[in-house]
Amino acid sequence: MAWANKVLRVNLSDGTVTDEPLNMDWARQYLGQRGLASKYLVEEIDPKCDPLGPENKLIMTTGPLTGTMASTGGRYSVVCKSPLTGAIACSNSGGYIGAELKNAGWDMVIFEGKSPRPVYLYIENDHAELLDAAAIWGKSAWETDKILHRTHQDPQLRIACVGRSAEAGCFYAGVINDLHRAAGRSGVGTVMAAKNLKALACRGTRGVGNIKDPLRFLQATEEGKRVLRENAVTGQGLPQYGTQVLMNVINEAGAMPTRNMRETQFEGAHSISGEAMHEPRKSDGRPNLTANAACFACTIACGRISTVDKEHYTIQNKPQYWGNSGGLEYEAAWALGSDTGVDDLDALTYANFVCNEDGFDPISFGATVAAAMELYDLGLITQAQTDGIEFKFGSAEALTQAAELVAKGEGFGKDLGLGSKRLCEKYGRPELSMTVKGQEFPAYDPRGIQGMGLAYATANRGACHLRGYTVASEILGIPEKTDPLSTEGKPELVKAFQDATAAFDSSGLCLFTSFAWTLDDVAPQLDAACEGEWSAEKLLEVGERVWNLERQFNLTAGLTSKDDTLPKRLLEEGANVGPAQGKVNELGKMLPHYYEVRGWDSDGVPTSETRQRLGLA
Amino acid sequence: MLQALKLEPEKCTGCLQCEMACSYENEGVFNPAKSRIKVFAFHDEGRFAPYTCTQCDQAWCMHACPVEAIVVNAATGAKEVLESVCVGCKVCTIACPFGTVNYSHDSGKVIKCDLCGGDPWCAKACPTGAITYVASDDTGLERMRAWAQQGLPSAASFAAPTEKAVQTYNRAS
Ligand code: SF4
Ligand code: SF4
Ligand code: SF4
Repeated sequence: MAWANKVLRVNLSDGTVTDEPLNMDWARQYLGQRGLASKYLVEEIDPKCDPLGPENKLIMTTGPLTGTMASTGGRYSVVCKSPLTGAIACSNSGGYIGAELKNAGWDMVIFEGKSPRPVYLYIENDHAELLDAAAIWGKSAWETDKILHRTHQDPQLRIACVGRSAEAGCFYAGVINDLHRAAGRSGVGTVMAAKNLKALACRGTRGVGNIKDPLRFLQATEEGKRVLRENAVTGQGLPQYGTQVLMNVINEAGAMPTRNMRETQFEGAHSISGEAMHEPRKSDGRPNLTANAACFACTIACGRISTVDKEHYTIQNKPQYWGNSGGLEYEAAWALGSDTGVDDLDALTYANFVCNEDGFDPISFGATVAAAMELYDLGLITQAQTDGIEFKFGSAEALTQAAELVAKGEGFGKDLGLGSKRLCEKYGRPELSMTVKGQEFPAYDPRGIQGMGLAYATANRGACHLRGYTVASEILGIPEKTDPLSTEGKPELVKAFQDATAAFDSSGLCLFTSFAWTLDDVAPQLDAACEGEWSAEKLLEVGERVWNLERQFNLTAGLTSKDDTLPKRLLEEGANVGPAQGKVNELGKMLPHYYEVRGWDSDGVPTSETRQRLGLA
Repeated sequence: MLQALKLEPEKCTGCLQCEMACSYENEGVFNPAKSRIKVFAFHDEGRFAPYTCTQCDQAWCMHACPVEAIVVNAATGAKEVLESVCVGCKVCTIACPFGTVNYSHDSGKVIKCDLCGGDPWCAKACPTGAITYVASDDTGLERMRAWAQQGLPSAASFAAPTEKAVQTYNRAS
């Protein structure tokens, strides 16, 4: 089975909690986590609803392998309609909360309505209740974590919560779990706070036991771990440098978005790279990096635990930041660093701490700061708006003060909390927003990696690297090398990555395993654990079904093929340096063929044959 | 030669594979709450530490048990709980100075590490080598070596002998 076969439904308006069996017909079609929760969402809400209104629902969901010994089997996702994009949102996180929820005996929790006053959900195995959140409302995620542990006198309690940024309505607030893991993107935390829901505090001691074929499962997961161990990326690169292994690689490829994507290489890349995190600093001779940390069940351990230099200006006299916490991941290092032109590793680490402490997405935040810096550079924003901060590219002070303001939703932090699109619209230059469907770009300039342009333009949650990471093929040669500067074969490549990714995201496993695993490695693990037969082909079909389901949600919500595009800068201004110098992203060459490959009409709408083939009719 | 679990916290990433292996081997369920080995997280320090029964020679739990439900496995040296004899009085959980004997609500008996009969699952599952199963005399060797090294000149100073070292050497020979 592997599924717990139980869903917790929480009606926040009425203050009731009820349990119901998991819809197994849907589970057979959508597997779990991203796919299955999206199916629930599509069935239960009107895609046109106000994302911040009570009609939107928020689903916290695990996959069938969450809570098992399969490597990385600890993931969970938060699914809802996004306030940032108006599209479907699904943000995935590791840490321990997903496994805890599953250990308590639940596949997913569906939150509906809106609570009349701040509450949090407490789960202890079968027991679930809504409790008054007066003592934690208005507190950061870190304080909330501390207070809930104290209140319940349980050091083993696992907590997912929102920080002050979400309460203040920041459009890209996430849900923080285990202090520094996050369902970070698309404003899922904003939706949670809009429901007056502050936290989920969970303790599960029942475990996951209903494995279909235990012996085969242990063999299959052991084999999977061997593959991860022997792969250069998952066995060496990620353990040694974390995701930051990419900083120098992508910079050399000339695909490092710099200063709001005006440039494509960052001269300060080395100072903020994974390698730099290992170098001893002058003040105390210790490196930025203390240790590697794994999410639940993960044998890769890409997570970084870091400190900020105690002598750094950001944390003098602030002992609460002197300890260790989640260090820089590549995406955070890029967005907070090269996109803002800041090359001060300690400033970035501190800004990242603040993002975790008050629960907002460092990618969207960094990119919004970058857009504000460009507006400042052009004189469209002045110190009158920025609370007197000199908002110049390269200013570490501007970056760290901005983080503190967004954390609390104060002053210029309110503007920055709008996200890049709304900010640039407000100041009259919408084209300076480096976003797709309102969501900020991640760390790969699509002028230097052509396939990523198509992946961004068509990603169902807006610009995103986790919806079809063709960087693997175009730069790293996984599973095989394609030319990053060519559009040849990219529509097929993008579709293949998107569908496979949707299957990974529906399983309970971490997408980073896909540096080493294909669905051929995942299928035997799922097949041994779950009822039914799960082959790689079937998983790929699940992935394609999930993709089309999300697409249909977005179309009904009002998005059209016009939204499958990129900012003008990337389509018209050539890359300034590097291997892609002079090149733009040739989206127009790829998009029509992509629609064909998908079985969509020329308006990007799935045809009735496609819908029928996937059982979506 | 008796073997023992050697724990090296500095290698641990907090993945809890060991807890799942232990609970699966002993209870047939992936459930950290039922593991005999526990991994502690020290967030501010950025460290994790796996911890389980050390199989004391003069086992406190064994001596405290009023019904002799804890016995030595001669082959492995493990102190094992005989479920059929254990009355669930919990005296052993108090006697163990390390807190590695625990009461299980489900069975009404206590549970503790039994070295899996000489084939410890936690060690097999640990991806980082933070848990290994080695000759029991070896478990402290690394630590001794580390301590000893603190009082010695570093390896680098051996590589380039100082003038004084050369003179001392010449005088002695
Ligand atoms: S690879 Fe990294 S993000 Fe994925 S589960 Fe492992 S530690 Fe977590
Ligand atoms: S040796 Fe066996 S019983 Fe003891 S902690 Fe390891 S897995 Fe558990
Ligand atoms: S399996 Fe090893 S690395 Fe993972 S938590 Fe246990 S001791 Fe630590």
